[in-house]
Amino acid sequence: MTKTRKGPIIFSKSKPFSGLKNAIDIGRSEVLDYVRKSNIKGRGGAGFPTGVKWNLTATASDKKKYVICNADEGEPGTFKDRVLLDEYAKLVFEGMVICAFAVGADEGILYLRGEYISFLPELEKTLNQMRKNNLLGKNILGKKGFNFDIKIRLGVGAYVCGEETSLIESLEGYRGEPRNKPPFPTNTGFAGHPTVINNVETFAAIAHIILKGPDWFRSIGTEKSSGSKLISVSGDCKKPGVYEIPFGTTIKKILKLTEAKDTKAVEVGGASGVCVAKSEFGRKIAYEDLSTGGSIIIFSKKRDLLEVAKNFLDFFAEESCGQCTPCREGIPVLQEKLDKLQQKKATKGDLEDIFSLAETMYLASKCGLGQTAASAFVSILSNFKKDYVLVKS
Amino acid sequence: MDKMCSVSKTITQGKKKIQVCDATRSQLIPILRQIQEKKGYISDKNMQEVASSLGIHPVEVYSVVTFYSFLTTEKKGKHIIRISNCISSVMAGSKRIIKIFEKELGIKVGETTKDKKLSLEETSCIGMCDQAPAALIDGNLIGKLTAKKVKNIVKELKK
Repeated sequence: MTKTRKGPIIFSKSKPFSGLKNAIDIGRSEVLDYVRKSNIKGRGGAGFPTGVKWNLTATASDKKKYVICNADEGEPGTFKDRVLLDEYAKLVFEGMVICAFAVGADEGILYLRGEYISFLPELEKTLNQMRKNNLLGKNILGKKGFNFDIKIRLGVGAYVCGEETSLIESLEGYRGEPRNKPPFPTNTGFAGHPTVINNVETFAAIAHIILKGPDWFRSIGTEKSSGSKLISVSGDCKKPGVYEIPFGTTIKKILKLTEAKDTKAVEVGGASGVCVAKSEFGRKIAYEDLSTGGSIIIFSKKRDLLEVAKNFLDFFAEESCGQCTPCREGIPVLQEKLDKLQQKKATKGDLEDIFSLAETMYLASKCGLGQTAASAFVSILSNFKKDYVLVKS
Repeated sequence: MDKMCSVSKTITQGKKKIQVCDATRSQLIPILRQIQEKKGYISDKNMQEVASSLGIHPVEVYSVVTFYSFLTTEKKGKHIIRISNCISSVMAGSKRIIKIFEKELGIKVGETTKDKKLSLEETSCIGMCDQAPAALIDGNLIGKLTAKKVKNIVKELKK
């Protein structure tokens, strides 16, 4: 299924492991500097500056450090990591090795979602090849004292484990319940040791940054959002799939690229994202505008957006870990209110309740799941007032 | 088996012996996965045995088993068909695909055939939205499902 993909960074041509070779040539502190100067931010959706994360881990005083690749891609509508793991695994592993070199880690873990188990044999094969070629193991590429290896751990079906502290809990053999932060994994991560956790796509971009430099990387994208983003486009369009776009690309452009017609709404960021109306299709994919892990779902005029909201809420009800109250108790109430809306029995008071509850969940939930569970629902109610009616109380 | 593991240990599961990595708590989920894969579920007795081999309380094991959707305390079919219920799959007709599976298998979604050969389930997004409607069948991602494809899949799995 491999096809030639084209894009400004990740899908651009590069010789495998030339980024790693360059990393070893320029040295640890220069690598950290490149990453910081490139201004790359986490590609999983949260957008935390990668350079800051790496620096914190690099400067943490502990002999044991870990590098974890978060391949627990579970946001509805996202499948870019599937493509990267399938077609660009070397690039992802290369990013991990560069990270280990920069922060001084000797163990790496790829946390692969259980749904992607079919990629496991090929990924193991790639790791074995890397071991043979001294790209993993002891004294990597002749660099004395640079020891690092990667193992793969499989998830067992839990969306919340994409949250980094919950992923660590899962690796340690516990229920995937998010931890309180701080402490952050950069200091207290897997097994209590400093840990870098990055998204698959972040690691894939790193090798290019180290090879071609931070200035080159910053020349792509917008001032605040450097580089490119992989987007996973699905729904009502002719050409669904994974595209690499520079940050700053508008929704309009994406719709044109994927040959979507009669579009009524675009969900940006999956179930935890926002539903954008036609009047706002000029908005951009960027951390400062529409920030996303890459899920783009297109809805044509024939779609009932309350049904979409229902699908998302049902998803969160299933995936909430149940640990904290606003999320666990909030979602069922939202489901009830939505049911009332669908039966055309909801009042203005119900609507106000929804908005107020959504705010409470946003402010009081422990992790991103609870904080954003009401996000799509609220944006549908705000942006698509014609899609529902209220009765007088 | 875990390649970076230095200590390997054998634990007994009924009559079977399973090789596990150094028995620390962080190996709990890999051990449970192995049992689930071999037996189709994790029994009370399994949980007791795993707990004692790791030196933790059986309730701890139970709490983990019941948290994750791919670990179960009830026996599942030899083959598990999981249909993605994410919005992209629904828009592409996953509900109709489920109905066809139900008809072909003679069970409802969420059930297992009497001969314990096949289970039919719904699951959260499996990352195949570009090829919706899609399903995860015994670990294989299968997209662009049609009535014809479903019939062929069931025929193959029933063999």
